[in-house]
Amino acid sequence: MSENLLINISVIILFLPLLGFVVTLFLGKKVPKIFVFEILVMFTGLVLAFILLVGKLTSFADSRIIAEFKWIDMGNVPVIGSINIYLGILIDDISALMIVVVFIVSFLVHFFSMDYMKGDIRYNRYFAYLGLFTFSMSGIVLTHNMLMMYIFWELVGISSYLLIGFWYEKKSASDAGKKAFIVNRIGDLGMLAGLLMLFVTYNSFSFPEIFGEIAKGNLPFNSEFWLTVTGILIFCGAIGKSAQFPLHVWLPDAMEGPTPVSALIHAATMVAAGVYLVVRIFGILTADAMLVIAIIGALSAFIPATIALTQNDIKRVLAYSTISQLGYMVMALGVGAYKFAFFHLITHAFFKACLFLGSGSVIHAMHHEQDIRNMGGLRKKMPITYATFLISSIAISGIPLTSGFLSKDGILSGSYAFASLTGHWLFPFVGFLVAMMTAFYMFRLVIITFHGEPRNKEKYDHAHESKFAMAMPLIVLSVLSLFIWYTPNPLSPDAGWFYSEWIKDPVIYTPENSRWDFMKTDEASISNSAEQHPVMYSEMYTEALHHAHTPGVVLSLLMAISGILLAFVMYQWKKINADTLAEKLKPLYNFSYNKWYFDELYDKTFVAGTLGLSQLVDWFDRVIVDGIVNGSATVTKAVSAFTGKFDNIVVDGLVNFMAYLSAFIGLIFRRFQTGKVQTYIIMVIFSIVILLFIFNRF
Amino acid sequence: MEVTLTHFLIVSTLLFCLGIYGIVTRKNAIMVLMGIELILNASNINFIAFSRFGNFGLQGQLFALFVIVLAAAEAAIALAIVLNVYKTFVNVNVDEIDALRD
Repeated sequence: MSENLLINISVIILFLPLLGFVVTLFLGKKVPKIFVFEILVMFTGLVLAFILLVGKLTSFADSRIIAEFKWIDMGNVPVIGSINIYLGILIDDISALMIVVVFIVSFLVHFFSMDYMKGDIRYNRYFAYLGLFTFSMSGIVLTHNMLMMYIFWELVGISSYLLIGFWYEKKSASDAGKKAFIVNRIGDLGMLAGLLMLFVTYNSFSFPEIFGEIAKGNLPFNSEFWLTVTGILIFCGAIGKSAQFPLHVWLPDAMEGPTPVSALIHAATMVAAGVYLVVRIFGILTADAMLVIAIIGALSAFIPATIALTQNDIKRVLAYSTISQLGYMVMALGVGAYKFAFFHLITHAFFKACLFLGSGSVIHAMHHEQDIRNMGGLRKKMPITYATFLISSIAISGIPLTSGFLSKDGILSGSYAFASLTGHWLFPFVGFLVAMMTAFYMFRLVIITFHGEPRNKEKYDHAHESKFAMAMPLIVLSVLSLFIWYTPNPLSPDAGWFYSEWIKDPVIYTPENSRWDFMKTDEASISNSAEQHPVMYSEMYTEALHHAHTPGVVLSLLMAISGILLAFVMYQWKKINADTLAEKLKPLYNFSYNKWYFDELYDKTFVAGTLGLSQLVDWFDRVIVDGIVNGSATVTKAVSAFTGKFDNIVVDGLVNFMAYLSAFIGLIFRRFQTGKVQTYIIMVIFSIVILLFIFNRF
Repeated sequence: MEVTLTHFLIVSTLLFCLGIYGIVTRKNAIMVLMGIELILNASNINFIAFSRFGNFGLQGQLFALFVIVLAAAEAAIALAIVLNVYKTFVNVNVDEIDALRD
């Protein structure tokens, strides 16, 4: 396939969901069946995405396709030089695979929603929003520059807001939408700062250009420290979108949205965007930045896993499990297990979408009951949902024969290898611990929901298996969670096409001395590499990974099985009473049950702090600023009143006095001015007589 | 009883006062003119009296003659003015002719 054809296909893929969104939104009120158009659009997109992937893998296996056009020509900016902003599309192994995953999950969620959302008053609008969401995510996946990435990043933010708060009549839903949006903004601020830092340094947003400059040794502010800072800042965006610690609080609340939306947001799109972003900028992360990312990832893997152990809402367990799994991926990126991280992103997308849709199926059957304590015994009523849910749970727990085993085991081996090379043993430790907890809470969920006796007889009697529209996506996704799609050997992904051929080793652009030792250029690795990447992992790492494989497999398997066994012991066979155990470990249980009090902590600190600050500012505004204004007004008033009085009394008084005086004098003298000659003569004579008396000399 | 300067002066003073009185009290312009004539004559008496009792030769008498000529001319002019006033105001009452005030 020619390059132009692939570019055209990718552009069509990008804009198809937008078309679906616009048509569905604007015709939604007039044409009741318009959602079919949206679903058809998604299906077309899915087919095209497959064609794109095949074309990329066959015709451009070892190269990438970049198509760009000049969007804004700023011309010759003084001091800086000419600045042009390009928009464009980048098709490489990662974006081609990711777009397929996005469209598979998105299409299946659309399909599932047909039945799930039946009877909703804003049925068509719901599909329109799904289209907008898919459009935003495709933009993130296909873009070749930071600016477009940021634009679509925010589009994802707004469409997630619309979908999470879809049932906005419920206060909790609209609150959750706002929370997701605002918490994301915090991370986005960091990302914006990071991309502006790149822009001021390189005058470009395009990934290939920036990476090329860094490879040449041009660093932001000419220092590796600032490169580290830039990497961490951009990663902040991923912290927000991928719900990493400490910004993970929005994700569990986002469960207020319709369940298929949760499947879409928390499996393949929104939260995947964060990991995808880190995958994209992996080449410019320094060792320090990677360590920060690994620590954040490990914390995000561990904390939500402990919370998920005690939650009773079926969707909340899955929500915390999502954060935990994303933490895995981020940690994997941090420890340099780039391929496994991306691999896990894809496998996780499928089985987590399956789990969410499965929970949606259960919730639908139980008439919007989400508390697992009211469920139980659903196995017999809903065999398809049960089977698919079970397969996905096995996959997420990391049991062989599933995709989850392949990718998760890879991540654990990667962190193990990393630890053996650098001495950071906490990462594999946390990884294995979380693996056990994951297996435990997933099977706790499965057992309480599907096994045992029904706890709520009435609801149980009404429960029924879902129809085809809801069952089909479940089946497809659970089948995609099996190993066979990725590798012929269920124990190792190395033998498979997916891991070894489709995902390429990352190209590292950072300066040599700012990398981990195992990522430094190495003669052997270059000659081993088929295409002459500028830099590959060193031989040392390949070896460490090889050594880590066996202990990694054994340990992760051990952990997963012990977790599952523990779940069975506690909830199936009831050898250990969960309630008494919880009673014994009351403080720990409460701590986990209340989600480590993160919401309370944020309420007490950030929310209260913000409120306090705004109150302070309000007080300042009201008392000080208004006081100054009012004070000056009062003073002016007083002064003008005084001058007014002065004017009225003294000045006017003087003027009036002069007037009265002259009038008075005039009154007197007018009497002399009779106009009669005789009077004048008398006056003259009198005057002469008076003068004679005055000048009396004789 | 010998007639002295004092007697002359008393007569002329009386005459002067009568003139003033006539000027001030009379309403008719012609009577006022006559008052003025009386004052002129009072001054004539003074001239001649001072000339007779002083050592001035005939200067006083000469002055008196000048005054008489002047009085005749003045009377002619004043009467012409009175005629004109009468033409303008239709009377010669000095009380009512106060157009000067305006």
